Parts: sequence; structure tokens; C-alpha cells
Amino acid sequence: MSDLVTDPNIAAPDDFYAALIDAHRGLSEADSHLLNARLILLLANHIGDLAVLREAMALARAGVAGDKAAT
Amino acid sequence: MLRYQHWPDQDAAGGARHAVAIVGAGPVGLALAIDLAQAGQPVVVLDQDDRLSDGSRAICFAKRTLEIFDRLGCGAPMVAEGVSWHTGKVFFRDDLVYSFDLLPEPGHARPAFINLSQYRLEELLLQRAEALPGISLRWQQRVAAVEKTADGARLTVATPDGEYRLSCRYLIAADGARGAVRGLLGHESTGQTFHDRFLIADVRMEADFPPERWFWFDPPFHRGQSVLLHRQPDNVWRVDFQLGADADPVAERAPERVVPRIQALLGPEAKFSLLWVSVYTFACARMARFRDGPVLFAGDCAHRVSPFGARGANGGVQDADNLGWKLRAVLRGEAPDRLLDTYADEREAAADENILNSTRSTDFITPKGAVSHLFRDAVLGLARDHGFARRLVNSGRLSLPATYDGSALNTPDADHFAAGPRPGAPAIDAPVENGWLLDATHGGFTLLAFGAPPDGAAAALGGLVPLVIVVTLPAHGLAAERYGAGDGTVYLLRPDQHVCARWRRFDADAVRAAHARALCRGDAA
Repeated sequence: MSDLVTDPNIAAPDDFYAALIDAHRGLSEADSHLLNARLILLLANHIGDLAVLREAMALARAGVAGDKAAT
Repeated sequence: MLRYQHWPDQDAAGGARHAVAIVGAGPVGLALAIDLAQAGQPVVVLDQDDRLSDGSRAICFAKRTLEIFDRLGCGAPMVAEGVSWHTGKVFFRDDLVYSFDLLPEPGHARPAFINLSQYRLEELLLQRAEALPGISLRWQQRVAAVEKTADGARLTVATPDGEYRLSCRYLIAADGARGAVRGLLGHESTGQTFHDRFLIADVRMEADFPPERWFWFDPPFHRGQSVLLHRQPDNVWRVDFQLGADADPVAERAPERVVPRIQALLGPEAKFSLLWVSVYTFACARMARFRDGPVLFAGDCAHRVSPFGARGANGGVQDADNLGWKLRAVLRGEAPDRLLDTYADEREAAADENILNSTRSTDFITPKGAVSHLFRDAVLGLARDHGFARRLVNSGRLSLPATYDGSALNTPDADHFAAGPRPGAPAIDAPVENGWLLDATHGGFTLLAFGAPPDGAAAALGGLVPLVIVVTLPAHGLAAERYGAGDGTVYLLRPDQHVCARWRRFDADAVRAAHARALCRGDAA
């Protein structure tokens, strides 16, 4: 059972990607990290469904090198 | 000072013999002793000290705890003396982020919280205990050894004039986080120890802060750490400063270190005097099982939490509330001994809930690692403008009574209820004709009947032991609303005011079966 959408779902992917990079323009590394954290919180609230959020967290973590549990 | 007294039974051949002995005359031990004594059950209380607790310990007593103390006949003086409050404010750096109201609706006898020193609370409990026949309060009596026997427990009690033997059918360990009984029986309380150090200062001053709970994250006067402020009676304020894991607990206690911290909070003009200073760390831990045969464990000796959320003393008083009526019923032969297993079941689940909440608060207040810190600050930064982030801010999830979901004593709902306390939940207060709903439920099991009094209830339930009191309430109005009740609805409350069953229509057989089930009688459980 998978509620997390991983099929293409963004109509204009290049625009989204450019917007994401733009959002960070001119920020120090520390401020960029803070922006990312705020962004995650805002989007998590928009999604709302904890099962979907957990699935996304697990999927994100599985792709991170160095996490032995993920291999 | 509470004097040692040599009791006649200390010289009895074969040792003293009692039905119930409680170790520890703190809030939990005293509450339980009062509960038993006011129902006519004699009890011995042993305490190794010659005084009540001193210094800075519990100060926040929750609504549910006050309702329990009302049942024990000593809530009114506590509320009269304590500082009532219901508002909490959260600050981040220079700004007020938001405030919350813990009891936003009127129509409750008791406030969300009172602040009162544990010392004064214990004095008021002691006054009540001393006014009751049947409590033998024994100061400077230390439990030196415990053994389980075929019919209870046998203690060796050390006193200023030697040791004596005391046997009891049930032994209640309420002797605190460092209490001896747990260790003497080979048990331990395990969990997570937190390394951050905190400084507590009780300060007397004239100040115009309102009676509210104020919590600062990273304030300008104490950078990078948190601060908590509570008002107590008599112009005394409790300030709690987070110091971090590397703080020196001895140096930080010195007035020359403490005074500037408080001055920074209050401003350079403020005049104050220090009443008490201590530096502490804390742990969240519990025993695997709160019962070992004839021995039952209650309060801090059974479970410990962080101070954020005021779940320590409040949780302990709820242990006493849960245990009192069960002990009485078993000692009178009205219920089998296994009713006491449900004390352990219900209060272990409650302890887990308190530990979970207080651990999460601690993790938010003292984030471990850079990323936790980043998310914490991101939440606080969003909270001023966004309601969703306020819900994530955790400066302490303040003590609420546990609902005993899944307890063997509950009769699950067969009828539909859209509102009201479900089986396992504590009863909800409301104004009624002659006072308060909860005050009408102090005599034992209670049947709350909404609308016309149920036909023949008194006759049908008359033979039940323990007694079921029938309290009739209007089918409309605030009480009915809070119980999701219509004409004919009935709720059955246990003597600790937790709901054990409810129905849309009175049925004497169903009430009798639920009553038996709540007492673990026959095959009903």
C-alpha cells in the first residue's frame, strides 16, 4: 500500500526546480538550512497525513549513504 | 519537627500486625492514607524523616488532582491558598510567540492549575490526616528490611529506640524516587537519564507578572537556553533556568552566580531575595511492574518524569486515587485480590503516557544535535504567525488525567455516544443544582442518571456492595451536554470517579454486570 505519490506530479518540473534554487539565493549556508527546515514544516502541515509523511521520511532516509539500516 | 513516638505495638509479641502499611508520608502516601481512613480502613504510615519535604519540589497541582483532594476532604484550603492559573505564554528570543488557555470554558469547580509549594500541600494533607481516626503516622521510622510472606509482607522497622517487626497484608511503597523499599525487594526503575542541568531558584519579590506560566526559548537574558517562570503564593516566584550539560552544579548554586541571572530576567531595578536554590538533572524511568505480590508501588518510586508538564506529583496522586478504593474493596472481601493487578495495569499505562509526554517535551526544550535544534527554532520562528506551528511547540504538555482505555474493568459501549467521557475516562465536572457534579459522587460507585429517575433503580441496585449511589441530573443543560446525555442516559462511575460503563437507557442487570466487572468479580472480567 503506497499513499505517497512518487509518480510525476508537478506540471512544470523545471519551473519548480528553478524556484527551489531561487528561494535559497543569497542565503548563508546556515540560513539555507533554516529555510529548508521551515519549508519541510510548512509542506508537512499541508500534507497532514502522518502515514504519508512517515513513508516520505523512510524513502528519503533509504537513499542517504551511511545509513546502514537502509542498505 | 515531627516527633518520634514509641507505639505500643512496637513491643507486641510476634511483632505489630496491620492490614495496610504505607511507606512514605509525601503527597502520595498521605493521600492514600486519607482515602483509606475516611472509608473506615485503619492504616499505618511510616516515614524515615522528622519533617515534611523542604525546598523546591512540586509546585503545580492540576485540576484533576484538586478534584481528588476534594474527594479526600482537603481541596478547599489548597485552592484558597494556592495561586490559580490557566494561561501559559511562550516566548522565543525577544518576542511573545503565543499564549494558550488550559481551561477555556467556565463551569468547573476547580481551576486548570494551582501553584502551591509541596511543603504547604503536605502540611494541609497532614492536617486532614491527623483529623481522621485510624491513621497511625509514624515519623523517624525507616524500613530496614522487607520480606514477602504467605499472607502479606513483613518489615523490619528501624527507629530511634531500636528495631521492631511489622507485618501487613498489603504494603504500599510511596517512598519517592530514592525510596528504599523498591531496592530491598530487588527491583529497579529504568529509563532515560537526561544530561542537561537546570537551576531552580525560589525568589521573593514584588513583581507585577500575572499569575501565568511563562516559558522562554533562547531569551535575550539567558541566551541559548530556556527559562520557566511560575508564581507562587506570598510573592514567591519559581524560576527555572536551563544551564546545559556542561554546567558545574556546585558553582552554579552560589548566590554570586544565581543573582545576576535573576537580575537579567527582572531588570536592573528589581529587588528580590533568594529563598532556595538547587541545581538538578532528571530522568524518565519506571519500574517494570507496579505490583509484586503484597507490595504495591506508587508515585516517584514507581515512575519518574521530567518536570516539564507537572506530571510527577500529579501522576502520583492519581496512583493513590486508583489504589484506594481497590484496596478497600479487597480488604472488605468485596472483590478478589486480582483487582489489585488492575492498579498496576492502569497506572503503568498512565505512567507510560506521562513519560512519553515529558520525554517529548524535554527533547523539544533541550534539542540534541544541530538538526534537532534547527527544526526546533524553525517551529518557534513559524509559530508566531502560523497556528499549525503553535501546535508543534512543546514547552511541556501539562498534566491531564489518564483514560484507562482497554482496562479489564471497563464495560465497552454498546450504545452510541457522540460526546462525553468514554469508559476509562475520568468524570467531567459541571455545575448542578446544589453545587458541583463531582462533589455528588464522593460516596463510592455512583450512577449518574439523566432525566427522570430510572424506574426502580434504588430497589434494583439496593443490594449491591459496594453501594451504588444514584444521582439524578437534568436531561438538558451543561452537565447533560458534557456527558453527551439525553433523557434516560446513565453513567456508572467507579469510586475514583472514572467511568466504567454508560448506557442510553437504564437496565438493572446491565448495571449489576458492569459493577461486578469493575470489581473483577466472578467471570465478569
